Amino acid sequence: MSATGIGAAVRRKEDLRFVTGKGQYTDDVIRPGETRAVFVRSPHAHAKIKSIDISAAKTMPGVIAVLTGKELAGDKIGNLICGWMIHSKDGTPMKMAPHPALAAETVCHVGDPVVVVIAETQAQGRDAAEKVKIDYQVLPAIVDPAKAKSGPQIHDVAPKNTIYEWSLGDAKAVDAAFATAKHVTQLDIVNNRLVPNAIEPRVALAEYDAGTDQLTLWNTTQNPHVSRLVIAAFVGMAPEHKLRVIAPDVGGGFGSKIFIYPEEVVCLWAARKVGRPVKWTADRSESFVTDAHGRDHVTHAELALDVNGKMLAMRVRTIANLGAYMSTFSSSVPTYLYATLLSGQYDIPHIYCEVDAVYTNTVPVDAYRGAGRPEATFVVERLVEVAARQMGIDPADLRKRNFIKSFPHQTPVIMAYDAGDYNASLKKALDLADVKGFNKRKRESTRNGKLRGIGYSTYIEACGIAPSQAVGSLGCGVGLWESAEVRVNPTGSVEVLTGTHAHGQGHETTFAQLVSERLGIPFENVSIVHGDTDKVQFGMGTYGSRSGAVGMSAIVKALDKIEAKAKKVAAHMLEAAEGDIVFKDGKFTVAGTDKSAAWGDVSLNAYIAHKFAGQELEPGLKETSFYDPTNFTFPAGCHICEVEVDRDTGKAEIVNWTAVDDFGTVINPMIVEGQVHGGIAQGIGQALLENVVYDKDGQLVSGSLMDYSMPHAHDLPSFQVGLTETKSPSNPLGIKGCGEAGAIAAPAAVINAITDAIGTEELTMPATAQAVWTALKVAQPRQAA
Amino acid sequence: MYNFTFHRPTTVRQAAGLLARNPEAKLLAGGHSLLPVMKQRLASPSALIDLSLVEGLSGVEQKGRSIVIGAMTRHADAANSSVLQQALPGLAMVPASIGDPQVRNRGTIGGSIANNDPNADYPAACLGLGATIITNKRRIAADDFFTGMFSTALEDGEIVTKVSFPIAKKAAYEKFKHPASGFALVGVFVSKRGSDIRVAVTGAGANGVFRVKSFEEALKKRFAAKSLEGMTIPATGMNSDIHASPEYRAHLVGVLARRALAKAA
Amino acid sequence: MPAVSMTVNGKAVTGDVEARTLLVQFLRENLRLTGTHVGCDTSQCGACVVHIDGIAAKSCTTLALQCEGAKITTIEGLAEPNGPLHPMQEAFRENHGLQCGFCTPGMIMAALDIVRRRGHDLDEHTIREQLDGNICRCTGYHNIVKAIAAGAKAMAKDGSRQAAE
Repeated sequence: MSATGIGAAVRRKEDLRFVTGKGQYTDDVIRPGETRAVFVRSPHAHAKIKSIDISAAKTMPGVIAVLTGKELAGDKIGNLICGWMIHSKDGTPMKMAPHPALAAETVCHVGDPVVVVIAETQAQGRDAAEKVKIDYQVLPAIVDPAKAKSGPQIHDVAPKNTIYEWSLGDAKAVDAAFATAKHVTQLDIVNNRLVPNAIEPRVALAEYDAGTDQLTLWNTTQNPHVSRLVIAAFVGMAPEHKLRVIAPDVGGGFGSKIFIYPEEVVCLWAARKVGRPVKWTADRSESFVTDAHGRDHVTHAELALDVNGKMLAMRVRTIANLGAYMSTFSSSVPTYLYATLLSGQYDIPHIYCEVDAVYTNTVPVDAYRGAGRPEATFVVERLVEVAARQMGIDPADLRKRNFIKSFPHQTPVIMAYDAGDYNASLKKALDLADVKGFNKRKRESTRNGKLRGIGYSTYIEACGIAPSQAVGSLGCGVGLWESAEVRVNPTGSVEVLTGTHAHGQGHETTFAQLVSERLGIPFENVSIVHGDTDKVQFGMGTYGSRSGAVGMSAIVKALDKIEAKAKKVAAHMLEAAEGDIVFKDGKFTVAGTDKSAAWGDVSLNAYIAHKFAGQELEPGLKETSFYDPTNFTFPAGCHICEVEVDRDTGKAEIVNWTAVDDFGTVINPMIVEGQVHGGIAQGIGQALLENVVYDKDGQLVSGSLMDYSMPHAHDLPSFQVGLTETKSPSNPLGIKGCGEAGAIAAPAAVINAITDAIGTEELTMPATAQAVWTALKVAQPRQAA
Repeated sequence: MYNFTFHRPTTVRQAAGLLARNPEAKLLAGGHSLLPVMKQRLASPSALIDLSLVEGLSGVEQKGRSIVIGAMTRHADAANSSVLQQALPGLAMVPASIGDPQVRNRGTIGGSIANNDPNADYPAACLGLGATIITNKRRIAADDFFTGMFSTALEDGEIVTKVSFPIAKKAAYEKFKHPASGFALVGVFVSKRGSDIRVAVTGAGANGVFRVKSFEEALKKRFAAKSLEGMTIPATGMNSDIHASPEYRAHLVGVLARRALAKAA
Repeated sequence: MPAVSMTVNGKAVTGDVEARTLLVQFLRENLRLTGTHVGCDTSQCGACVVHIDGIAAKSCTTLALQCEGAKITTIEGLAEPNGPLHPMQEAFRENHGLQCGFCTPGMIMAALDIVRRRGHDLDEHTIREQLDGNICRCTGYHNIVKAIAAGAKAMAKDGSRQAAE
């Protein structure tokens, strides 16, 4: 392993600009003549718009325009879409309600945008926005997903607010298995709704060049090409080749910046109308009512086991709240990204899952770090831990008895796991976490008046999203391959144009490590280019832990082509047969001789083209690959959480965290660990702190950071992180991906630990101090002070 | 925020004059309560009168058997004051626990008590020590100063210049932080000065900071956690929100009072 | 519009601002120093932290006019362009104390203030407590804590470059 090759903890190239404040995030982009957009949003969860009076607003200082949904529709700007078709059990397609970028007739959630003010300054825009008079007829709102089917109907197309009633698996076989079970564990679980809250709020900056009839959008997006395609072809803003989308530095995404939102559509439309660039920057409280939320499942789950604790079957019923409108990928999250992971790491012969997705008068819900897999892992790992407790079996032991041990393994829920060793990660985690010493530590805690508990989460997930035909057959409207163009310059340096995009994952470094090692050229001589639809060929973007598994594989394929062509050039230079050329460590040699050519000479020759005829070999050295993976990848591992609970206050402190993950091949262990840390932190946030709260009228009570508890440094422990490795067989590098694993594994580990400490399973998530105290009071009146 | 005019007087008299001439004006101390509210457009003063250039409003001094803190003393400076740490360390616990380090670099005692946020920390200290709030017009006992949520006995045009705390031999503050905002979900200040025993609670009460008479009675015999064993206060009148029920707050009052007493020993 | 004058990163600057202009807006919009970021609207996230007369403060909760005559240091003022990085900046890079980079300027400026107040020998518990005013969504703080401890130590060695003035 070289100092800058695969497996090296190379320090990041991108850090220089970030630590010196020279990053260019979307709000940092300033265009000449820039104006500011301020949205007027619905204060009601559900209402008819009776009239809109913009006359006073239009006369306010600095106002350039005040625009409404009626004008948007009049200009033939189409609605936002959900791009993944899901069918109900009866074969009917999902009920996708119209989602205009500016509401014209009805508002369906607090925050639904209705009017946009374009002004010289943000402050003037806000002053004018207050003068817009909208007459609403308030309608009853439905907020609770469990009650949505009997609540007031929100959309004409969706009776009983039902989007789809979907299922996966063999219900009859599951029922039969349950009939033979010795033990059945049942749980009712709420997977709490979350706000992604990337620290950079969303921004859209749109500019129209009338001379070239060209629109440009700078946007905090994780996938500029997808945004361009949707806004051009589906929303109908402009022909695709007349729209350029640029994602500069993006400050965190976690899924929330995948989707195509009203704001960028409106800014583009407004920029063309007013003839000046239009910039919208979200306030944090605005983010709370516009960024897609995550999770929000209500689940009843059952696990059937035999007398030896062998799992026989699992039955799950989930109501998934998708909010007021179907966001871009929303339909897939509680179906194909959720139910397909219910086998966990276990050999479960029969699984049946039903998912009903419903509309409510809340912010739309879509993928958020883990997207469906945290929800699945929570169900599985809580069932397993509780089953172990109920049956008097050690929780690690019960898992071992049921681990899948031979691969490939076809689960009953579509996924076929290709490679893994779940025993290895469990064993390593047990050692690192010193589980043997737990009882001693527990006695010490008891002496100090605290309750100590330990909890496991042996998770598996499916990522490296995804094989196009597979997801196409499941309803996805796009393919999920990835692209790469490797451009070798005459002087031998290389640019890689990747269709992925980074918002913290360090691709400029890791992708350069790959290329540097493969071509034997210095790490400094490799640049990674992403985020601009004018520069980079179509790509699907970054989410679903795919940039390594799929994005790097595309680079590998392109490098294969580069190597093949470079060998041809070298053959001409060295006057040898192409088949005799060996390429190693940046040098081309004629096999069995000492005749060689350096990389830089070959690249130069490729462009000077003096040594060969253009008819037999084209000049240049640049190759493209579009790589379609053959399978999902299946990272898996074991997280162990140890907590101490202050029984007087209910406050739980995490005193130890051990994570052992199998990510297959690791390009940069420092970056991989960072991804694990960040994912665990978000998982702990869900388990202990974060919760979106609506009141019964659909008002967002947790509407700012004053009421939504984000994890701070003092809420979290340091993490002990280890790795095991079984390479993924389905991509050339053997990468599984690591971006979401921590968020997927963590919540179950935390709740398992706290319930262990307090001796009751009746605990809601987030397990705030009050929730734990309440659980203690109910379960053990003597324990609670 | 809405716009306003900005003034930087250099004396208390100038500041008072500006207040008198601008009835819709507000004083600006550290700004970390006022400016956030203005940014939300929930307050729209016509003018801000910045006190940061006014001489003589900062500092921590021992004057006889009292500690006197200037109204513009930043929380960080009060918390780190060696005078305070020596003479009345229980009081130093309060500014040390406010907000976060950046808030503590700018926020002031005068601003905090004049605002009387029901979740703020200093009001518990003032009530918990029987402080005297000194303004440009008069001296007001803490027991008379805090009149309800966000309301005080201050009259229009009155400016807090310093706060005088009697030195109690035993004093301490215990706070349970709100998990999102960092304010006091519940905060309890206890003190004993001779026969004067005080237990003041912030964060819990629907009407702002209050004293717990039943605890003060129980502590007369012995000023120790044991005297409050098993004691709690009724849940009625306690705040209720998505973070804590009245019952939980009431429960925390007892827990924190006992912990404060253990610290005060 | 009132005029305001201050020194930013050693340079005297002036501008015309509304009274309601926040320091962070003055820095980002008037001076085009976009390294200081806005991440929230409730004065909690810390992305906007700068130094005012050597002391860390939230520039989103400070009016530009409150800084008349003050010395402001932003992230851009810690190192000369093309010059060596400040030890704390170097420590963040060395220890992977950042991912998306958005919270990083405020995090580094806050870190320097921790050193000013608590010295160069910082333990994990202290650092975590003192980061109460800075939220990161990417890193889980583990490497930020390591970076700050390392940066603090490096600043002690590099005696000539104490916490930014």
